[in-house]
Amino acid sequence: MKPTDIKNPEYFHKVVDCQHACPAHTPVPEYIRLIAAERYTDAYMVNWRSNVFPGILGRTCDRPCEPACRRVRVEEEPVAICRLKRVAADNKDDITDRLPTIPRKKNGKRIALIGAGPASLTVARDLAPLGYSIDIYDNQFAGGGMMRSQIPTFRLPVDVLDEEVNYILNMGVTTTFNVEVDSLKEILSKSYDAVFVGTGAPRGKGLNLPGLEDAMANVYLGIDWLSSVAFEHTRSIGKRVLVLGGGNTAMDCCRTSRRMGGEDVRVVVRSPFEDMKASPWEKADAAHEGIPIYNNHVPREFVVEEGKLKGMNFEKVEAKYDEEGNRTLIPIQDGLVFMEADDVLMAIGQENSFPWIERDLGIEFDKWDMPLVDKATFQSTNKTVFFGGDSAFGPENIITAVAHGHQAAVSIDLFCRGEDVAQRPPPHVTLASQKMGVHEWSYDNAVENDQRYIVPLAPLQKTLKDRKVEVELGFDISTGFKEAERCLNCDVQTVFDELRCIECDACIDICPTDCISFTTNGSEDDLRGRLEAPAPELTQDLYISADLPTMRVMVKDENVCLHCGLCAERCPTTAWDMQKFLYNVSQAGQ
Amino acid sequence: MSYQVPKFRHPDLPLNDLGYTKADYEGTISTLCAGCGHDSISGSIVRACHELSIEPHKIAKLSGIGCSSKTPAYFLGKSHGFNSVHGRMPSVVTGAALANRDLIYLGVSGDGDTASIGMGQFAHVARRNLNMVYIVMNNGCYGLTKGQDSATADRGSASKKGDPNIYSAIDLCGTALQMGATFVARSFSGDKEQLLPLIKAAMSHRGFAIIDVISPCVTFNNNPQSTKSYEFVREHSEATGTIDFVPMHKEITAHYQPGSSHDVTLHDGSSLRLYKADESLNPFDRRSAVAALEDHRDSGSILTGLIYINEDSRDLHEVLETSQRPLNQLDEADLCPGNKMLVNINASLR
Ligand SMILES: Cc1cc2nc3c(=O)[nH]c(=O)nc-3n(C[C@H](O)[C@H](O)[C@H](O)COP(=O)(O)OP(=O)(O)OC[C@H]3O[C@@H](n4cnc5c(N)ncnc54)[C@H](O)[C@@H]3O)c2cc1C
Ligand SMILES: Cc1ncc(C[n+]2csc(CCOP(=O)(O)OP(=O)(O)O)c2C)c(N)n1
Ligand code: SF4
Ligand code: SF4
Ligand code: SF4
Ligand SMILES: [Mg+2]
Repeated sequence: MKPTDIKNPEYFHKVVDCQHACPAHTPVPEYIRLIAAERYTDAYMVNWRSNVFPGILGRTCDRPCEPACRRVRVEEEPVAICRLKRVAADNKDDITDRLPTIPRKKNGKRIALIGAGPASLTVARDLAPLGYSIDIYDNQFAGGGMMRSQIPTFRLPVDVLDEEVNYILNMGVTTTFNVEVDSLKEILSKSYDAVFVGTGAPRGKGLNLPGLEDAMANVYLGIDWLSSVAFEHTRSIGKRVLVLGGGNTAMDCCRTSRRMGGEDVRVVVRSPFEDMKASPWEKADAAHEGIPIYNNHVPREFVVEEGKLKGMNFEKVEAKYDEEGNRTLIPIQDGLVFMEADDVLMAIGQENSFPWIERDLGIEFDKWDMPLVDKATFQSTNKTVFFGGDSAFGPENIITAVAHGHQAAVSIDLFCRGEDVAQRPPPHVTLASQKMGVHEWSYDNAVENDQRYIVPLAPLQKTLKDRKVEVELGFDISTGFKEAERCLNCDVQTVFDELRCIECDACIDICPTDCISFTTNGSEDDLRGRLEAPAPELTQDLYISADLPTMRVMVKDENVCLHCGLCAERCPTTAWDMQKFLYNVSQAGQ
Repeated sequence: MSYQVPKFRHPDLPLNDLGYTKADYEGTISTLCAGCGHDSISGSIVRACHELSIEPHKIAKLSGIGCSSKTPAYFLGKSHGFNSVHGRMPSVVTGAALANRDLIYLGVSGDGDTASIGMGQFAHVARRNLNMVYIVMNNGCYGLTKGQDSATADRGSASKKGDPNIYSAIDLCGTALQMGATFVARSFSGDKEQLLPLIKAAMSHRGFAIIDVISPCVTFNNNPQSTKSYEFVREHSEATGTIDFVPMHKEITAHYQPGSSHDVTLHDGSSLRLYKADESLNPFDRRSAVAALEDHRDSGSILTGLIYINEDSRDLHEVLETSQRPLNQLDEADLCPGNKMLVNINASLR
């Protein structure tokens, strides 16, 4: 193999598993160390720069970082990255003096943002400080998009939402709320320099089963029902509720039902429990609130008696997988299973819909009626129109919408300055030794053995009575500290200098996880098979040095390195050094 | 400064026949200087014992005084241990081995501990062919007392702060051969590929097995003027050949280029396959071994690898015809067989 080019910022970026997995590439270990140092405001601002909504995300993020966390590869549970974010948000001081100043003199460019969800708000946050004039249009009464209309208040209190949305709206952004945009042509006719479409995936999918017509009065689309609860148009539901679907929307529907009068609330899902789309913690939260999940039940019909919904019939199935892992659901018993219901919520998915975008504006749509959007620039085939968030490629989550927003803002800024949007700015990176003395590091290199700490919950009697009572209480400061200490500091990189190495083997001998080998070079396949310990994890890179005097090379499998610094401590010649790698994605105007 | 090795280990560490991983054979974190050769030898000992699937409580590790003699704290944390006085490890092992022949005895010493203060004890334990492995971590100096030249320092070699050595060096392999050791090898801390099978073979040999492991002292004796530095040893060693250690009940599967190879069955049923690089050395012949050592000394190179093995070795217990049951397990009835027996014995002497 060729020696690893550690000058390429993507090499070390990948070693910081959590940051790499975060769509917005939040410098996770950096803020976790700040929390451990009780510097909550600084930790909050590291987050705010990258992900815009630390308080919101610290409660609701889909947390793609956590399954990626290195800790999972050496023990059971990842660092509670998401809930640590909330610790920063809960304990920060007033941050208003740290927010960017908004120039009074504008740069003369006008941008329209359609939809006021996280994607549009991110674009606004990145462009307003550069002097852009920004107009936001949304059909709801306030900003936040689905964070306001869909995510229930027992998971995300309104004041937390308002605070972080308002940091942006207070940047001199012009808002037009309660207005449905029904023509993009009309917006374009206002001669904006660029338009960003952040309208999300607002249409819920339904199931057209026998009996639906007669049952209609008691059957709702999950997302419509959730927003009508959020906006207080709906104040109750029947005692017996069936929620169809196995995703996060289903979990929010069933838990909200429990707070709106539902007593016998059941989730019924076609797939096996393990295949459900809902995050494991959402399933656990539903179970905690006494909501059973009936898996392997395919809905077949609504049962209506005397014009009134009585319940539903389901077919019991079993999942069979072929060699490629394709699933088929095979009926396993004669006859249908009947479940009683006063109301049914259908939470089986959402989709995009753009009835308000005229098809003669130069925006091409594909066969699924989705706009053609560039994956890197978020530009559509009409150069002035950009898409991002759920509207670009279908429903995802808040952090993805934020990541899209940042990139779209970069593109809009380049576009408005007449530059090539395809030329993406490189990330900002620094690499700095953490050595303080012979065996002293400026980071806490000791590896904590503690198991993941559990976030305490408010008592059920209290939370089930009032949908506005937040369920999770968040870590207190001392638990937050202990959880922060579990982080392995994966951004503190092991940097190897072959010119200093005397091949004494000290690093090999000390490394607790057998990451380091000295051996003759070979192809990656071959090398992976003959290192000190097996290296089967192909997604984790091998770090290869140039040839050493004995004509061997140093090979480090990054997979389970604990970043403990012992290799560097045991190296007599400082051929190994622990260096902090800070990676920040470039944002508009930087 | 780290005072502990993290608890986490590689998730796919291989298990040995007993179901243990290498980690089960580790000790506490080393306090030796970073880069000390001794730590690498500890690492090889850990691996050898793991790969041999020895139950940790079946090993006793004993040492004298010196940085080298501190290492037993850093490996085999679940084995028996005895850190004795300077140069006196051999007599303590002799006592322990006579009392309990069932343990595997691993003596660890330094060149000072062995070739200076402990020379007499070393000579006698070799002469008696005590069933033990004797590892010398040889750095040519007294590391623990700040690097004075030891008796194995080569004439003309200079340590970091010292003048060139004016005395001739003791060759511990030569001395051991002279004294009657039945397994003699030399290796280098920085060459695990060679050291590992040698340690395994030594542990399976019945009789006195010495491995003189050159082990650079990075702090006091790793300078360019020293003949015990990493660089000098790498440049000047010449291996007798390579050896493969094949544990008992395992088939020889490795495939090697043709050359002269020779299989040796060891006492415990495992075997050694030797691939000779040097045709002039016959490791089954003591004279040949002595000559090879002399030749290499004359040519300024360091002979490493298996130098001598006596396949017919009879260890001290065999020579003494001690009971098969370890002495420490004999009870009063065994030891005092009663008046009738005494009468018989007396009668036989009349
Ligand atoms: C029930 C539910 C729970 C969820 N929970 C989570 C969670 O816990 N964590 C998470 O990360 N994600 C969650 N999501 C997903 C997340 O809410 C979305 O991925 C995210 O909000 C998408 O952001 P966006 O900016 O693309 O659009 P949205 O947030 O959807 O915002 C789009 C805005 O545009 C408005 N709009 C649409 N069309 C028009 C129009 N024609 N004129 C004017 N305004 C218009 C909409 O009303 C809305 O206000 C959840 C989604 C649902 C349905
Ligand atoms: C009876 C006695 N004399 C002298 C000493 C001082 N002393 C301690 S270690 C040592 C030499 C150790 O050299 P070596 O065995 O080569 O070990 P190294 O530290 O080099 O590994 C000496 C002379 C002592 N501890 N006890
Ligand atoms: S241990 Fe810390 S730095 Fe490493 S992946 Fe997990 S959270 Fe990120
Ligand atoms: S930091 Fe060094 S010693 Fe620690 S696990 Fe990583 S490679 Fe091994
Ligand atoms: S003084 Fe020399 S022998 Fe002792 S620990 Fe340090 S390097 Fe090793
Ligand atoms: Mg010494």
